[in-house]
Amino acid sequence: MLTNFKNSRPQQFSFLFIVFLLLYFLVPEDENSFLWRLPPLLKDIPLLINTLLDNLMFKWLTVPVYDPDWQMYEDKPVFRIITRSIADFLLFLIIFIREIFLGGLQTIGSITGGAFKELKWLYLPAVPWTAVVIGLFILGYRLQGLGLAFIASIGFFYVSIFGQWEPTMETLSLVLVTAPICFILGLSLGILGYLSKKVEKTLQPILNIAQTMPHFSYLVPILVLFGIGDHAGAVATIIFATPPMIRLTILGLKKISPEVVESGLMSGCNRFQLLFRVLIPTARRDILIGVNQVIMQCLAMTTIAAFIGAKGLGFNLKVALNGLKIGKAAEIGICVVIIAVVLDKLSLAWANKQKDYFANLNFYKKNLATIYFILLTAILGVIAYFSAFYFEKGFNYLYLIPFGEGLTIAPILDAGVDWIWETFFYYLNIFNKFLITNVLFVMKDAYLGMPVVSTFVLVMGAGYIIGGLRSCIIVGALILFIALSEYWNRALITAYMATFAVGVSAILGIVTGSLCARNEISAKFILGVCDFFQTFPSFIYLIPVILLFGITDTSVMIAAIAYASVPATRYTVEGLRSVPSSLHDAASMSGVSNFQRWKSIELPLAFPHIMLGINQTLIFALMMIVLGALIGTEDLGQIIMGCLSRPNGAGIGLTLGIFVSFICLAADNLIRTWADERKKLLGIE
Amino acid sequence: MSQSSDNSSNTPVIKCESVYKIFGSNAFKLLENSNGQVDAKTFQEAGCIVGVNNASFGVQKGEMMVVMGLSGSGKSTLLRCISRLTDATAGKIFIDGEDLLSMNSRQLIELRRNKMGMVFQSFALLPHKTVIENIAFPLQVKGTNTRESMAKALEMVELVGLKGRENYFPRELSGGQQQRVGIARSLAVEPDIWFLDEPFSALDPLIRKEMQDEFLRLQAVLNKTIMFVTHDFDEALRLADRIAIMKDGIIEQLDTPDNIVLNPATEYVKKFTEDVPREKVLKIESIMDAYDSNNSSSTKVSKDAIIETLAESILNSKEILTVVDNNNEIVGSLNPAKVIKVIFGK
Repeated sequence: MLTNFKNSRPQQFSFLFIVFLLLYFLVPEDENSFLWRLPPLLKDIPLLINTLLDNLMFKWLTVPVYDPDWQMYEDKPVFRIITRSIADFLLFLIIFIREIFLGGLQTIGSITGGAFKELKWLYLPAVPWTAVVIGLFILGYRLQGLGLAFIASIGFFYVSIFGQWEPTMETLSLVLVTAPICFILGLSLGILGYLSKKVEKTLQPILNIAQTMPHFSYLVPILVLFGIGDHAGAVATIIFATPPMIRLTILGLKKISPEVVESGLMSGCNRFQLLFRVLIPTARRDILIGVNQVIMQCLAMTTIAAFIGAKGLGFNLKVALNGLKIGKAAEIGICVVIIAVVLDKLSLAWANKQKDYFANLNFYKKNLATIYFILLTAILGVIAYFSAFYFEKGFNYLYLIPFGEGLTIAPILDAGVDWIWETFFYYLNIFNKFLITNVLFVMKDAYLGMPVVSTFVLVMGAGYIIGGLRSCIIVGALILFIALSEYWNRALITAYMATFAVGVSAILGIVTGSLCARNEISAKFILGVCDFFQTFPSFIYLIPVILLFGITDTSVMIAAIAYASVPATRYTVEGLRSVPSSLHDAASMSGVSNFQRWKSIELPLAFPHIMLGINQTLIFALMMIVLGALIGTEDLGQIIMGCLSRPNGAGIGLTLGIFVSFICLAADNLIRTWADERKKLLGIE
Repeated sequence: MSQSSDNSSNTPVIKCESVYKIFGSNAFKLLENSNGQVDAKTFQEAGCIVGVNNASFGVQKGEMMVVMGLSGSGKSTLLRCISRLTDATAGKIFIDGEDLLSMNSRQLIELRRNKMGMVFQSFALLPHKTVIENIAFPLQVKGTNTRESMAKALEMVELVGLKGRENYFPRELSGGQQQRVGIARSLAVEPDIWFLDEPFSALDPLIRKEMQDEFLRLQAVLNKTIMFVTHDFDEALRLADRIAIMKDGIIEQLDTPDNIVLNPATEYVKKFTEDVPREKVLKIESIMDAYDSNNSSSTKVSKDAIIETLAESILNSKEILTVVDNNNEIVGSLNPAKVIKVIFGK
């Protein structure tokens, strides 16, 4: 009996659950009892962070700096000088790129110096939008072919004629500045991590936290350190988009076959030659996939960076959402999606493009694309110059279509929304109310009525069963950190929302994935759909749900479910498709039915991989739930969001962000340990 | 046999003295405590894996030494110790009399740039470089200018018979062609010592045979000092001047192919030799008798010829033949009956 218990996971979990339930019902609700809630011993952490930031920015390590305006020396803290110089540098680059696409004179003026304001000839005209579209066509053609050329150029053509050129270029300028910085940072750190085990070990937890922390939580500290504006948005973007580059660099370098490294060594490479002439070129594809990730993350973050003053599509989207102008928001949303798809396809094509032999081409043939681009830009520039006389009274549409002066489908969209509301309001409302009163509120009360001791028994018990004492302690410590704060109840609400969203997403994802994995065509199709939905920033998901469900918890839930179903589906399809064909043949020869095949062969083998998908699902769901505070929830996200407008929000924002990250890491630890063990048992990898 | 005694006065190009390679965190300590008596099992219990166990031998200039063993026998590890891609745990290795293990990284790089070349099982070509760029790579790393390195690389392309494909990328070549590139790259710096780590194992049997012929042709021209690793006993017999048979990190037997076939030293070696057709390995020398001037005919055969190649003509002649050495001096006589015994007898 006892040995049986030792080996049977289901029995162990049942026992754990019974203990949990007993504690749940036996511990009385009593604010003074430690069994019910732990005392907020760590409530000073936000204060400490604030004090630290305050000291760094205003007190510690001051040096005298000459102020030309006041003509005197002033004491400034070194740290502040550093952050402000970084901010100035970023701002310079951003403005420079904006001037290329939108026109202006600031950067040229600041380089030439002096009284630039009077010099009219110094004005830098923008590249006409037509030239940008042609440029994208040529780039797309060079990287892949006509298909990509048309996708890229038509996408940007659409953006332009719908009058979104200016905000798009503002957003793009942020991406163009931050992506290369992320690339260089990520590549260097990745190389260091590859070269030294110690660096890798230190990087790992930092990367984990950075990738699971909700975006909003570090916006406020950045605001404090760098001030408000585009540069702050750039800093936030760099922090957010560098980790995947580091990871993919390390991964790509580690994947290189040891014989290639040895061949480099036997060719007599020194360390430098080995790195730059053997390792990095060999890992080219993985590194460029990293660049693709960087670009997508940058785009996602620049839209969110609108909350700390970054201009661009995100900012306009925020304004439209605040004013509940759904049609307008949807229009901007479409532009964001288009840009995301174009950037994704272009960078992927670059990663997948293999180098061709070109040394036998002459200069003209080698640089054909560039020559064409320069020629066409010149021609289009001339056309734009003369068209200024044609569009005498209004705007020069062949040069730059100003914001709000293009076509618009907002009224149609608004009418559509109105129609949906009028037609379906009744049914949507019934569904909405039912979900809120009968499911969500019940669940929420159940979570809030959970004594802290039972939570710990459940979580640490699961840790012990899955990963032994080590997992038990890690998970317990992560959760304890939250339990000792003032925000335990809020965390419980976040947890309830996450549980609900993950549960529904997992079921949706596994069912869809299993159905689509049946044959190759549908599998490819659904993976394409997942790619598409993963391309665009999480922010965008909020638009259609507000449109349908208004400002309620249901909206947040549905956005979270939609967003989080993507990884669940993808990992299910991948897991099921990776079952070796020899096993399929063996199963067929044993005479299994389709359902039997799925149940007793595919699912058990694919399950570890599917669980990793569920892990991703949780991270995605939490991200969206925190973002849902935009619509109005009452969990951790709401406070994080609130910090943006609070004078001392930095500490709380950061602390709560870390809490959310800890929830992810605790789940991550359990799922990964379990999946690794299963994989070892099944002999996969 | 005679060859090694001839050269014993010279210093060998590669010399190993009690080389050990043991993987594991506490390898050094365990090895110290064991006093050189390494037992794979006890080490494994202590968490260490024995790669090479007390290897001592020398390779003479122009000699082709084949290290043969099954997977996990430590043959590749031994090769990597001698090329210092991994550091030996204990023992001494001399390259041209210089102590390899005491070299610093700069000296090691110099050594590899000038004296060593290596061919890998999985070809290990750089995917982003063309055939000619791959071959020129060791030269460019060394600092040779582009014109010179390209000229040299082109020479190598011709040597390995890839002319016309110098601007292809590795992905556009077949396995056999890729390995030709690998061979050309390893020869580009004109090394004295040539390491080959299972160079033909990833190829189809027919291509493998072709590449072995090509390899023998090259060696006849270049006359390098070679360490060749393989798991294929037939390949070893075909190519080697001497064969080292390894098992669990220990060199079970190190001898010429015919001696290994005639006198396997251990049961393990015997298992390999049992099915080997001996006429394909043995030389006339190994079955000749002392010269008997009365009976011998004037037909002469070389003592170094493999029996199989001459079997038909020997049997047809039906008389006792005269055996001569390289200088055409008579060293013995050969009774055809002995040839029949080798081919059909047990």
